Amino acid sequence: MIDLSSINPVVLAAALMVAATPILLAAIGELVVEKAGVLNLGVEGMMITGAVTGFAVAVMTRDPYLGLLAAAVGGATISLIFAVLTQVMMANQVASGLALTLFGLGFSALLGQGFVGVSPPRTPRLDFGWLTELPVIGPILFRHDPMVYVSLILVAAVWYFLNYSRGGRILRAVGENHEAAHALGYNVRRVRILAIAFGGACAGLGGAYLSLIRVPQWTEGMTAGAGWIALALVVFSSWRPWRVVLGAYLFGGIIVLQLNLQAAGFRIPVEYLAMSPYLVTILVLVVMSSGRARKTLAAPGSLGRPFHASG
Amino acid sequence: MSEPLLAIEGMTKTYPGVVANSDVSFDIGKGEIHALLGENGAGKSTLVKAIYGLIRPDSGSMRWRGAPFTPSAPHEARAAGVAMVFQHFSLFDALDVAENVALGMDNPPPLRRLAAQIRKVSQDYGLPLDPDQLLGDLSAGQRQRVEIVRCLLQDPHLLIMDEPTSVLTPQEVDTLFRTLRQLRSEGRSILYISHKLEEIRALCDKATVLRLGKVVGRCDPRQKTARELAEMMVGTKLHQPERPPHAPGEVALEIRALNLASPSPFGTRLKEVSISVHAGEILGIGGVAGNGQDEFLAALSGEMRAPRGAVFVKGEPVGHLGPNARRALGLLCAPEQRLGHAAAPEMTLTENALLTGAWRQKLVKGGLVNWTKTRGFAEAVIKRFDVRTPGPQVVARALSGGNLQKFVIGREIMQRPEVLVVNQPTWGVDAAAAAAIRQALMDLAQGGAAVVVISQDLDELLEIADSFAALNAGRLTAKRPVRGLTLDQIGLMLGGADEDTDAAA
Repeated sequence: MIDLSSINPVVLAAALMVAATPILLAAIGELVVEKAGVLNLGVEGMMITGAVTGFAVAVMTRDPYLGLLAAAVGGATISLIFAVLTQVMMANQVASGLALTLFGLGFSALLGQGFVGVSPPRTPRLDFGWLTELPVIGPILFRHDPMVYVSLILVAAVWYFLNYSRGGRILRAVGENHEAAHALGYNVRRVRILAIAFGGACAGLGGAYLSLIRVPQWTEGMTAGAGWIALALVVFSSWRPWRVVLGAYLFGGIIVLQLNLQAAGFRIPVEYLAMSPYLVTILVLVVMSSGRARKTLAAPGSLGRPFHASG
Repeated sequence: MSEPLLAIEGMTKTYPGVVANSDVSFDIGKGEIHALLGENGAGKSTLVKAIYGLIRPDSGSMRWRGAPFTPSAPHEARAAGVAMVFQHFSLFDALDVAENVALGMDNPPPLRRLAAQIRKVSQDYGLPLDPDQLLGDLSAGQRQRVEIVRCLLQDPHLLIMDEPTSVLTPQEVDTLFRTLRQLRSEGRSILYISHKLEEIRALCDKATVLRLGKVVGRCDPRQKTARELAEMMVGTKLHQPERPPHAPGEVALEIRALNLASPSPFGTRLKEVSISVHAGEILGIGGVAGNGQDEFLAALSGEMRAPRGAVFVKGEPVGHLGPNARRALGLLCAPEQRLGHAAAPEMTLTENALLTGAWRQKLVKGGLVNWTKTRGFAEAVIKRFDVRTPGPQVVARALSGGNLQKFVIGREIMQRPEVLVVNQPTWGVDAAAAAAIRQALMDLAQGGAAVVVISQDLDELLEIADSFAALNAGRLTAKRPVRGLTLDQIGLMLGGADEDTDAAA
């Protein structure tokens, strides 16, 4: 029996923002990393590390905000392993990133052993007074936990930083042509290490959002590919912050919709519904990033290439 | 005599295994254009990097207006009044002109004010620029303007230019020289690095010649001939390539209305390319890089397939054939990129000899490689072209640029081609090796082969070619005999005319 009337569009829209936030956080961090010319495939590993450290600290201190902070620190710390490998020891970025993901998955399972089945402290929702009371708009936009808004503010900040600040200009220059940036006297390695750490912190926050707010529980491997989706979003959004938001919300929307369709008894094997968010997101973003104005859509010129300052 | 602007005393810098500079001393006076001359690897770049604060010398000292000068980073050099235009431009394709300029400044003003300054300076010095344009859309000449304007905005006392004309058309070179002379008349000094001797004779007041890291001569370049300067650089008498008079034979290579899209998204499409080359003729193809040279070579080598009737070798249509079938018919090619295109870096010279020589030299029989014969072929190439290497068992990557270039060109010439196409045969090769390669190409043509030389070095083309054509945005001009061709005509053929109207605006 299909009962579409059980799907409430307002609840759906509100849930969409929550479902999209972890991916959005991880993707905006990775966008900065790739703009600096580094390809870090370890997003999944950094997310899950953030998820477990955030969860553990929140449970032990009974403070969700300390947990989120710890997740950012944890994600940044583990990303520094990648930074040392690729920027100091000149290891291959693809291999190091994959290693980081595998390491993060294993390491988080180890750390999280005592936390399975524990419930974390609740993160309160923000109350915007009369805004929250508004019909339709209130529940969709103004009845969320703070991290939903933090993620959007973060996107705006990254967009402003990259396009309108000197630091952002230097970061883009390093990613576009590291030899030229070096010749002008910029410290390519330092810029990249800072970018990697920022990306790690964002991915850690995204992971903790899953374990502390969205689920909220700790289970092994709970990120379940969200890091990979974040990586794909960055590429298909052609390295533009606002398009990352669009992609993440689209993905979140379809996740929520397919869950609702399953609940409504839609007669399609569950597996098809479960893979639909991935397919639709990738399709839409591929269509968006094909065609017009290729030059500005192109990847940062030095993306994934190791830089070694010689002579 | 007044105090020099910059005095360099006993500068020495060594890298593991290489002495880049050894006890180098020279002075640059105020309002002087000083040439730094030398072959690749003579230590010019190391020296200017030290002046610009990118590296620290091991010993020696610099004095700037009499005071000790030890910049440890580029911003310190810039603060003193040193500015540098890099050989490979230090520019960023995805950023606009104003952002690119801002990145080269230590305290850039807000972009809107900077844009106004860029307009003003670029007008004052005859280098028009639009600050809002995306750098990726600019030509090489316009890119250089961005670099120069960036330097000028910082009001430099010393402007360092590293091989500034290697990517410019003759008209763009004239515009650049006008600007440089204007800067000199304002009392600014210029350190001009080049190995183009005629330019140095036309522009510079003094020259310091470097060889293997040492100063081997100082002179007034206006008092010397280009040949004398070249011999100072090389240290030996230069052999001038020459060729007895000859008459062209039958048409060996013909291209008819070839249209071909480039496989690379930023490549150039070939448009209506038609030309014929006779046996015994050397056709020189000029053009600024990126105007379809790579695509032209790929279309001839067979890496890009064309319609059957677009390319003919000795009257036989070969457009649809792949590289090996074309080699069998006598059409051989040597691409520009030595490592990775002309030769496989990690393979030995013997293996690399096999890669293109297998068919014409019959090195493979019944699907099996005859290694003895292959090694013999590689050894023959090494011997005849004086490739300096311990032997054919060495991997290609281990050879210096000049030696590997001699090997890859020699490998094709030794297969006695009917038609040989080479792209940038002497790029990054020292003068003696370049002369040897040019002589070998002329000897090959003398023996009855048709030779097509694609090069950005106009002097080289004028020296060896019988006829000249230019590639511009994927179109090939009609060919003209080299004899009687003036530099102005060549500039127009290269498509510099558009650039020049732009510059005069």
